[in-house]
Amino acid sequence: MRSWPVLLLVTWLALGTTGLQADSILSMNPEETFDTSQQLDRYEALINDLRCVVCQNQSVAESNVELARDLRRITRDMILAGKTDAEIKQFMTDRYGDFVLYSPPLKPTTYLLWGAPAILLLLGAVVMVSVVGRRSGESSDDAERTGENI
Amino acid sequence: MKSLKYLLPGLAFLVLAAFFYRGLFLDPRTVPSPLIGKPAPAFDLQELRQPDTRFATADMFGKPAVLNVWATWCAGCKQEHDFLMRLARSGEVPLYGMNYRDERDKALEWLSQLGDPYKAIAYDPEGMGSLDWGVYGAPETFLIDPEGTVVYKHLGPLNPPIWEREFRPRIAAMQGSTQ
Repeated sequence: MRSWPVLLLVTWLALGTTGLQADSILSMNPEETFDTSQQLDRYEALINDLRCVVCQNQSVAESNVELARDLRRITRDMILAGKTDAEIKQFMTDRYGDFVLYSPPLKPTTYLLWGAPAILLLLGAVVMVSVVGRRSGESSDDAERTGENI
Repeated sequence: MKSLKYLLPGLAFLVLAAFFYRGLFLDPRTVPSPLIGKPAPAFDLQELRQPDTRFATADMFGKPAVLNVWATWCAGCKQEHDFLMRLARSGEVPLYGMNYRDERDKALEWLSQLGDPYKAIAYDPEGMGSLDWGVYGAPETFLIDPEGTVVYKHLGPLNPPIWEREFRPRIAAMQGSTQ
């Protein structure tokens, strides 16, 4: 049982770091410090839902481009100034359009986008029902001919 | 019923192919600007060449105007510069600039070497003025009508065909409506 001191050390380290985070509001990065952990959660959620328009397959959270850095700073400033998530998203879409949101709002131009999964599912169901229905119908009425359709 | 079974996949393929074919000619970098049809966002920044004067959005109003966002680190800006010089010389429309996330010394050197086509240039080293305009990559060029509404935005270097196709007819329409 020589491993238990190591285990103890790991546990102590883990407890130590979480304790430390709770004291100094959570982030190692001075640019990402907040008054409450709730604000940090909102910040994380927002910057992960914003697309970096310069480097389109990255979120504002992931990107290191200057613009993404500025948008992170603005998001933080707006949270600290007491702005709501909706107001922050409005600020972003006023400048970059709905494209900047990874989850675009539901409106006439996005009906097809949001409806596509349901439409495809429905389409799949219709095909399945018709295929299964035909096969079961054939097997009872016309057992010799089933081989033809498989 | 049988023919439908063979027809449907073919039809599905054609629809998909049509979408993909259309996609071939779309530039994913072009994000539609939400500013089109909206009042031009206000900025009030230092003039690049005369640091003791200001250049504000409203200074462009009253005539159709073009605002070109550029920087010395931007390759596309060098590409379009010749065209901008010719545009300025033609006097067709007042050309304003916004120097985007750049340094004044470098910007002034660029202008003295390549020529200066701008009536006024806003100096925006922090990118905060251009942020309100939704600028995310230089060069970007905005067309503003006399009332100060953003009419069109072009992303990427300007050239004569784009000018002929996108800018000139819109400018002509503005002049037609004001006269």
